[in-house]
Amino acid sequence: MDVLLEIFQTTFVGFSKAAWQTIQLTFWSLLLGIGIGIIFAFFKISKYKVLHIIADIYITFIRGTPLIVQIFIIYFGLAQMNIVTLEDFTAGVLALAIHAGAYIAEIFRGSIQSIDKGQMEAAQSLGMTYPLAMRRIILPQAFRRSIPALGNQFIIGLKDSSLVAFIGGKELWATAMTTAADNFRQFETFFINGLYYLVLVIIFTYLLKILEKKLDVEQRGEAT
Amino acid sequence: MIRVKNLHKSFGSNEVLKGIDLEVHESDVVVLIGASGSGKSTFLRCLNFLEIEDEGEIYIEDQLIQPKSTPLNKVREKVGMVFQHFHLFPHKTVLENIIEAPVKVKKIPKKQAETEALALLKKVGLAEKANVYPYSLSGGQKQRAAIARSLAMHPKVMLFDEPTSALDPELVGEVLTVMKTLAQEGMTMIVVTHEMSFAREVADWVAFMDQGKIIEIGPPQQIFEDPQEARTKEFLSRVR
Ligand SMILES: Nc1ncnc2c1ncn2[C@@H]1O[C@H](COP(=O)(O)OP(=O)(O)OP(=O)(O)O)[C@@H](O)[C@H]1O
Ligand SMILES: [Mg+2]
Repeated sequence: MDVLLEIFQTTFVGFSKAAWQTIQLTFWSLLLGIGIGIIFAFFKISKYKVLHIIADIYITFIRGTPLIVQIFIIYFGLAQMNIVTLEDFTAGVLALAIHAGAYIAEIFRGSIQSIDKGQMEAAQSLGMTYPLAMRRIILPQAFRRSIPALGNQFIIGLKDSSLVAFIGGKELWATAMTTAADNFRQFETFFINGLYYLVLVIIFTYLLKILEKKLDVEQRGEAT
Repeated sequence: MIRVKNLHKSFGSNEVLKGIDLEVHESDVVVLIGASGSGKSTFLRCLNFLEIEDEGEIYIEDQLIQPKSTPLNKVREKVGMVFQHFHLFPHKTVLENIIEAPVKVKKIPKKQAETEALALLKKVGLAEKANVYPYSLSGGQKQRAAIARSLAMHPKVMLFDEPTSALDPELVGEVLTVMKTLAQEGMTMIVVTHEMSFAREVADWVAFMDQGKIIEIGPPQQIFEDPQEARTKEFLSRVR
């Protein structure tokens, strides 16, 4: 126990910095992932077949290959092909975003399609165009409905960000690796490392609950 | 106001509308009756272009509407629709529901739209419900709010598709009262309903639909007291 406490103290500064790095990786990648997700969700519900196919290829490729492979392609692969040389952080954000985007696209598609089609018809019968009705009526409802699944994806993204360590990201897990290599206290170091992730997930889950409650007060269930 | 000529509509191989002709003049109230599946809803939805006809002509205010070339959103501004299941926007308050289209479609200043919306809410008896969300309303209140929302666009004609069918019996009256007031004010209305007393009292014309056609139309008195077609007689004997 003493050892654990001692290691907690000696690693505190390093882990705190790394935790901030993890938060940033997660935040930016998921923000970008949401943007990608919206675009591909629209591809999937559009009436143009080409867009469906593009979305299907993207989603199939992302879901069918390991994230670590995707990270390496973007960081090492693009540089080797002389396409673009990215910093580890940028490559990490990009890879995580492209990865999460595929899942988020499916989340958004599902929640858009789950909105009663009477909503679109009512909006259109009032003279709203399809894009206006989408933006003002369908998407706000779909977004609220997607929050639980989106929250889940966020938690997965937070933990997935550890893989950015492999391309030199200075996030939580990378820091645990270097720390343990120094102090030879694998158990304590990784245990504490795990606690940092756990605390981040718990804080995030709590914030999500508050958000859901707040939206729920405004709009209870499906009541129309 | 509305003229329909030889309207046909199929879903796949199921021909639902088999040549409908109808002329509705300004301030007319037309009540459409007919058995389930006879195509009443489909016909109303065609008038609002939620379904596009396969064949035939629809004139609204003497303008032939060609779904391929006429901007349908502009047409729909003139044709209000009230649905069986209300379809209020659940993420908006009653007031926000009503001002949404006037502000976003007609670009009316928000303040002015709100003033108008409050007047409409008063008219349908919901003045004190302006700032609540739809979930907290009863069915009858929801339907009255939906009527107010539709009226806010100042439609030339209002379509009602079984506006009271989803309501508890004790809530039907309050919605019908609002509709009656509208009719008295001279609103042009096409109403699908099973409320025969409403048809008798309010309709100028009652049209009986059967298997995708209007087979009989006339003043309520004639249709209810002296129907000419055997199928009309048979239908009326069943609903009475
Ligand atoms: N979107 C659709 N796709 C396929 N078939 C449809 C569609 N909408 C309606 N139909 C069919 O068209 C026929 C007429 O339906 P419609 O809803 O117009 O009848 P209705 O007279 O309004 O009946 P009800 O009194 O039950 O509302 C039915 O056989 C129905 O199954
Ligand atoms: Mg119907």
